[in-house]
Amino acid sequence: MAGHSNYVPQSAAAKWLESRLPVISLVRGSFVDFPTPKNLNYWWTFGGILFFVLIAQIITGIVLVMHYTPSTDAAFNSVEHIMRDVNFGWMLRYLHSNGASMFFIAVYIHIFRGLYYGSYKAPREISWILGVIIFLIMMGTAFMGYVLPWGQMSFWGATVITNLFSAIPLVGESIVTWLWGGFAVDNPTLNRFFSLHYLLPFMIVGVVILHVWAFHTTGNNNPTGVQPKTKQDTLPFHPYYTMKDLFAIVVFMILFAYFAFYLPNYMGHPDNYIEADPLVTPAHIVPEWYFLPFYAILRAVPDKLGGVIAMFGSIAVLFILPWLDTSKVRSGAYRPMFKQFFWIFAGVCVALGYLGAMPAEGWYVIFSRIFTVYYFAHFLIILPMLGFLEKPLPLPASISESVLKGGSGKPSGAAAAPETK
Amino acid sequence: MAHNTDAEEPNRRDFLYIATGAMGVVGAGALAWPFIDQMNPDASALALASIEVDVSAVEEGQSITVKWRGKPVFIRNRTETEVTEAKDVPIADLPDRLARNANLPVDAEATDPNRGVKDKENWLVQVGICTHLGCVPIGDAGDFGGWFCPCHGSHYDTAGRIRKGPAPENLLIPPLEFVSDSTIKIG
Amino acid sequence: MSTMIKMVRSLAAVAALAVATPAVAAGANVEIHPQQWSFSGPFGFYDRGQLQRGFKVYQEVCQACHGLKQVAFRNLAENGGPSFSEDAAKQIASEYTVVDGPDDDGEMFDRPAILADRFPSPFPNVNAARAANGGAYPPDFSLLAKARAAQRGFPWFVFDIFTQYQESGPDYIYSLLTGYEEDPEGIEVPVGQYYNHSFLAGQFISMAPPLSDELVEYTDGSPMTVDQYAKDVSAFMMWAAEPHLEDRKKIGFRVMVFLIVFAGLLYFTKKQLWRNVDH
Repeated sequence: MAGHSNYVPQSAAAKWLESRLPVISLVRGSFVDFPTPKNLNYWWTFGGILFFVLIAQIITGIVLVMHYTPSTDAAFNSVEHIMRDVNFGWMLRYLHSNGASMFFIAVYIHIFRGLYYGSYKAPREISWILGVIIFLIMMGTAFMGYVLPWGQMSFWGATVITNLFSAIPLVGESIVTWLWGGFAVDNPTLNRFFSLHYLLPFMIVGVVILHVWAFHTTGNNNPTGVQPKTKQDTLPFHPYYTMKDLFAIVVFMILFAYFAFYLPNYMGHPDNYIEADPLVTPAHIVPEWYFLPFYAILRAVPDKLGGVIAMFGSIAVLFILPWLDTSKVRSGAYRPMFKQFFWIFAGVCVALGYLGAMPAEGWYVIFSRIFTVYYFAHFLIILPMLGFLEKPLPLPASISESVLKGGSGKPSGAAAAPETK
Repeated sequence: MAHNTDAEEPNRRDFLYIATGAMGVVGAGALAWPFIDQMNPDASALALASIEVDVSAVEEGQSITVKWRGKPVFIRNRTETEVTEAKDVPIADLPDRLARNANLPVDAEATDPNRGVKDKENWLVQVGICTHLGCVPIGDAGDFGGWFCPCHGSHYDTAGRIRKGPAPENLLIPPLEFVSDSTIKIG
Repeated sequence: MSTMIKMVRSLAAVAALAVATPAVAAGANVEIHPQQWSFSGPFGFYDRGQLQRGFKVYQEVCQACHGLKQVAFRNLAENGGPSFSEDAAKQIASEYTVVDGPDDDGEMFDRPAILADRFPSPFPNVNAARAANGGAYPPDFSLLAKARAAQRGFPWFVFDIFTQYQESGPDYIYSLLTGYEEDPEGIEVPVGQYYNHSFLAGQFISMAPPLSDELVEYTDGSPMTVDQYAKDVSAFMMWAAEPHLEDRKKIGFRVMVFLIVFAGLLYFTKKQLWRNVDH
C-alpha cells in the first residue's frame, strides 16, 4: 500500500514521525496517491458507501448502547425509553435499524457489481474471499442486533435460526443448548448476543482493512477488466475518487434519510412492537428482508438437515466462485452469454427473496425449489461451462483505448464507461 | 465553462469549492448535535427535576431526607435554640461567607436568614452532599451541633455552614418554595 | 447511461415475473378501510382536537381493560401530542392512582399520579387480565398502532415506498372497531365471541363491540358516531405509539432539502474536478 506514495516529508516533525512510524505515507499511498483506474463507474462507489454505512452503524450503535439495557425484563422497555424519552433517541434508533437495511442494499449491489465485472477472478481471489467473510459476519451481526429489542420477531427469529444448528447430527442439540445458555432463548442468550453484536462490527472493520489491502496490492478491477498498463490509465485516488465517492455517499444518504425519516418502520415487522412472549408464536415468522433469499432456500428443501446445508451452501459456494468461473475474460461487459445469465441469476435471487416472505405452501414451494436449483446451477454448471462455450468480444488494448473509443463501435465500452460522465 | 477567460474561471471554481466545503461543515455540525444531546438528561429524568414534598409530619427538631435529582436533600425543622445559635455566629468567623442559596443572588452573605427558608426561618433545606468530595454528612453531629462529614472530618453548624475541616463551601441550598403551608417544591 | 437503462429493464422483467407468481396472501379476506389521516405524508401532523377526543374515548371506553403503560402523563402536555396545558395534564394525572413505596414502614402505598408517572395498567399482569376477560388478553395500547398491520402484498408494498404509506396500523384499528356485524347466516359464532370482518386473527373476536353512537360526549361539535369515535381513538393510538412523529417529519424535511442541495453542489464540484479527464 505504502509503496504507491510519492510522499517526501518536509517538516521536521513529519520527518521525525515518518522515520519511526511511516503512517503518513501509508495513508497517502492508500487513499491519496493510490493509482486508480480512471474508468471506474458509479457501481464502484458502493465500496465507499459501505464504509460510510459501517461507520454510521458503529457510531449510532455505540450511542444506543448508552441507553439500552440487555435484560429480558428491561430490553423492550429500554428501547421504548430510547424512542420516547431520550433526546433524539427516536432518530438514533431509526437510523440504526434502517442503517442495517441500507448496509445490505449497498452490500448486495457491491456483490453483484463484483459478479458482473469478474472482480473475484485472479488475481483478486483473496479480496473476494475476504468480502464473503465480511458478508457472513454482517449477517451474524444483523441477526443478533435484531434480537436485542426483544420483540416477538426478535425472540422467535432467534429461536428459529438457532434451531438450525439442531439439524447437525449427534451434537446438534448440545450446540443449540450451548448457544442458548439454557433450554430456550432467554436472558443468557440475549446477553451473549448483545456482547457479540457489539464485538462483531469491529471485526468487520478489521476484515475490511484486509479486503482493501488485498485489492490495493493487485490494483482495482475496472469495467473493462483490463489491467492498467500506463500512467494514462490511472488517476490518483484523491481528489478524483474521494470527491466522486463523497458525491455518491451523499446521494445514498438521501435514500437512507428517506427511509429513516419517512418510512422508518417500512422494513421492520409490526410484530416486533409486541414484547417477546415465549408462550405465543406469531402466525408467520419472517426474517428481515435481507435474509429472505436464504430463508427461501432453507425452506425449499423438504429435509431439515438438507435445508440447512443448502442454505449455508448457498453462501459457501461464493468462496469457491473464483475457481468455478472458467472464462479467460474478466469483465461481463465482453461476455455476451454471461451477461444474459447474470441477469437471469439476479432475477432468481429477487424472486427467491419474494418467495421467502410468502408462506411455505402450494406454488410458492414449487417455485422456491426451481429457483434454488437454478441458484446452485448458476455457480456449479453454467459458469464452468460458459468459459468453454462462449465467444467473448475482443478486449480493448488498454483502459485509455476503451475510454477514447467511447460508446461508438464497441458495445462493451458503452456498457462500462459513459455513465461516469 | 470551456470558453471562460482564464481570469474568471478560478473565481467561479473557488466559489463552488468553498460553497461545497462550507455546506459540508454546516452539515457535519448539525449532524453532531443529536449525538451530543442524547447524553443530556432525557425527558423522564427532566420530569423528576422538581419534586413536591409534604412536610406536615416533620415536627420541630426532626429532619427528613428526600431524593431530588438523584441526590439526598435534608429538610430540617429547626428548634428555636438552633436558629438562635446560628444567628449568633458573626459572619467574620465563617470560612465561607457566601449564603450558597440558589434562591438568592450569588453574592448574598451567609447569615442565618439567608440560609433558612424565606419567612419560615425554622425550615432549613439543603442538598446533603459535602462540598469537599461529595460524601453525605451525618445529621445532629459534629462540633457545631449541625452536620458532620465522616469522610474527611468537615463540621457544619445548625445553618449548614462549614465551620471546620476541609470542605470549602457551605452546604448548597436548592431552588425551593412553599407551595402550600405544608408542601415544599424543590427544583 | 445504457447500463442503467438495461438494469432498469431487467428489474422490470423481474417485477413482471413476480407478478406472474400467484399472489394469494394469507388473511387476504380481512377487510381494511383506509382512512384520511392528518399525520400521513411528508408534512403530516397530529390533529390536536382529534387526539384530545381520542383520549376521551380511551378514558371512557377502553381503559377499563386496555393499558397505556409506555405513555407518561407528562406526554399529554408535550408538543406534538394532544397538547393539553400542563395544569390540565396534572389534573388528569391526579385522577389516577399509582402504587409507590416502600414507605418508612416498608409498606407500598397508593398515591395520586403526578406528571412523571406513566399510565397505570388496569390489570396487575397478563394472567390477571386473561382471567378477568374470559381467557383473552386485552393488549396494551402503547404500541398497538405500530404492532398491527394487515399484509399489503405485491405490488402495494412497492407503491408504499413512494406514497409513504405508514398508516396500516390506524387503518386496521379503525376497520376493526367498525367491522362488527350481525352474525352471518350459516356461521356459528362461539359463545363469548363476536363476528368481525376485519379481525386479523380470524373472524371471531372476544371483545364485545365497544363503541356505540352517542356513547362519549364530544363538546367540540364533532359527530358523536361510532365512525368518528373509531377514527379519533385510532389517531390517539398512533400518537401513543409514535409520539415524535411530527418532529421526525419536520426534521426529515430539512435533512432532505439539505442533502439534495449538498449533493447538487458535490456533483458540480466533482464535474469540475474531472473536466480534463477522459474517462
